Amino acid sequence: MELSKEKMLWMYQKMVEIRKFELKVDELFKKNMIWGTCHLYIGEEATAVGACAALNRDDYITSTHRGHGHCIAKGAEMKRMMAELLGRETGYCKGRGGSMHIVDVSTGNLGANGVVAGGIPIATGAALASKRRGDGKVTICFFGDGAGNEGAFHESLNMAGIWKLPIVYLCENNLYGMSNPVKNSTAVEDIAVRGQAYNIPGVIVDGNDVLAVYETVKEAVGRARRGEGATLIESKTYRWMGHSKSDPRAYRTREEEQEWKERDPIKLFASQLMDRNIATEDELKKIDEQVDEEIEEAYEFAVNSPKARVEDITEYVYA
Amino acid sequence: MSEKTYIDALAEALREEFDRDENVFMMGEDIGIYGGAFGVTKGMYPKYKDKLLDTPISEASIVGAGVGCALVGMRPIVEIMFSDFMMDAMEWIVNQAAKLRYMTGGQLKVPMVIRAPMGCGTGAAAQHSQSLPALFAHIPGLKVVMPATPYDVKGMLKAAVRDDNPVIFFEHKLLYWTKGDVPEGDYTVPIGKAAVKREGKDITIIAGSIMVPRSMGAAEKLKEYGIDAEVIDIRSLVPMDVETIVESVSKTGKAIIVEDDNKNNGWGSEVVSKLIESDAFDYLDEPIKRLAGKDIPIPYAPELERAAVPQIEDIIEGVKEIFDKR
Repeated sequence: MELSKEKMLWMYQKMVEIRKFELKVDELFKKNMIWGTCHLYIGEEATAVGACAALNRDDYITSTHRGHGHCIAKGAEMKRMMAELLGRETGYCKGRGGSMHIVDVSTGNLGANGVVAGGIPIATGAALASKRRGDGKVTICFFGDGAGNEGAFHESLNMAGIWKLPIVYLCENNLYGMSNPVKNSTAVEDIAVRGQAYNIPGVIVDGNDVLAVYETVKEAVGRARRGEGATLIESKTYRWMGHSKSDPRAYRTREEEQEWKERDPIKLFASQLMDRNIATEDELKKIDEQVDEEIEEAYEFAVNSPKARVEDITEYVYA
Repeated sequence: MSEKTYIDALAEALREEFDRDENVFMMGEDIGIYGGAFGVTKGMYPKYKDKLLDTPISEASIVGAGVGCALVGMRPIVEIMFSDFMMDAMEWIVNQAAKLRYMTGGQLKVPMVIRAPMGCGTGAAAQHSQSLPALFAHIPGLKVVMPATPYDVKGMLKAAVRDDNPVIFFEHKLLYWTKGDVPEGDYTVPIGKAAVKREGKDITIIAGSIMVPRSMGAAEKLKEYGIDAEVIDIRSLVPMDVETIVESVSKTGKAIIVEDDNKNNGWGSEVVSKLIESDAFDYLDEPIKRLAGKDIPIPYAPELERAAVPQIEDIIEGVKEIFDKR
């Protein structure tokens, strides 16, 4: 099915939103306005957006410690995300979660997760629930290359394999688990081949090409919805920034970073849109400017929101 | 009302909850046609085939998938074959199930029950015999219960299934074949309420799980020594019913706590702390005593295994020591 112009411009806008949101977060970090740590998604925007574009609003995702991109792509409000990062009462988690725990139930986002592979069994459970209920929903489980070496990854893929669960395991292979290159941590070159061990198709996709990600995920989501079971997709991509705010990136070269930046997923998509006469430079520029305003509004909303209430510190431990 | 075993009362609760709510189901290892390692689901399979999901031996993902099911509105019951194996699933119990509600500012809830047979007395040695309620009672976000009678196990399982929080449900293996009166049909026993299982005026014995019947046995014997013991079944460690304990100890002026867990940093320490922080402190006329498992891994040889945790005679002796001192 050919994508509509409207949908493609939506995808472009979401990618720009993620990029500019993360740049703003980086700026606020450097100003010491954001507490704790933070893992930026810049450079990987095509994966989150391509994947979420293949889902319905009520389908589920689980996300990772590097989760802002998934959250925005699934439809969360940036102002409430920003408020969470600033520890405000109006944040998605009322200041109790911060960057690594943003959840937006209203868009089917079951949550970022601070623990590597933490979301994999949870996503598997959500898919198990869908299968039992026959509700037709599909779950995308985002995780990184590092999570592929956790035991729970293998347990869960096995479960999805035996029970033919409606789930897409989407590995964002950004080449490094914190500092450790995948080739030093992982016995196989392509994580996708691990699907074979669990009778799940494994597919590799160019994670910087949003249309390629969309097509690949769409097919996997279709299989899942038709009751044909899980797919493991490995999206090859790259995080431009360090692992977290304290990472000087001594384990990789500036030249390697430059090579990947030349394959900027947003520029790549912009030229695809213009080359195919889907959008003009002006149209895209207008979107960029509109996003700038949204980011500024998000920041204003967050910074003017009340701080998390200390008197309520013990609220929400139990339901 | 009829006399039933603990295991039958538990099975009855499961069947009734399966029938009551389509979102309730159970997953675990060998719970289907095999009927569970201890036979809790024995004979249920033909009728409840759809409710009993046999899983691969993958404790982390069994519990993790339970969390995922619960997040989207189901009410899973997870059976972990031996509570010792919960160690494989700690990430999804402690970092996920317990924290998700708080971390998300109340957006998520995890209505999940983890059923776990615990305790020694079967000769299974250290990796199949530990009692770990205290370990989980330390984690905010979890509820921790350990019913001791057939009546309580049926009512508390139902309460746990209907609770919107993760509930760790400990079943001592030696309780499975004990008998007691169990009403037909639906009733719940609230989580967070202790029960006075025997009224007495001279001393309060606070016990949990298998130590409840042992304390009841000891209390009967203590009559011969002129000691009228009150026995409180704590039933639930989190939330803990401090009020009932404080009230009893304020009345008797003496307290002994009997635990199946090993002693060091056990739940009895928390009971002591609650007592000395309360008005009951003013009524205490002897130091509080704790009887608990020895601080060792559970040994194999029958003589060693028996000596690892309090027996009836140890409870009798422990109580008598308090009175003999006077």
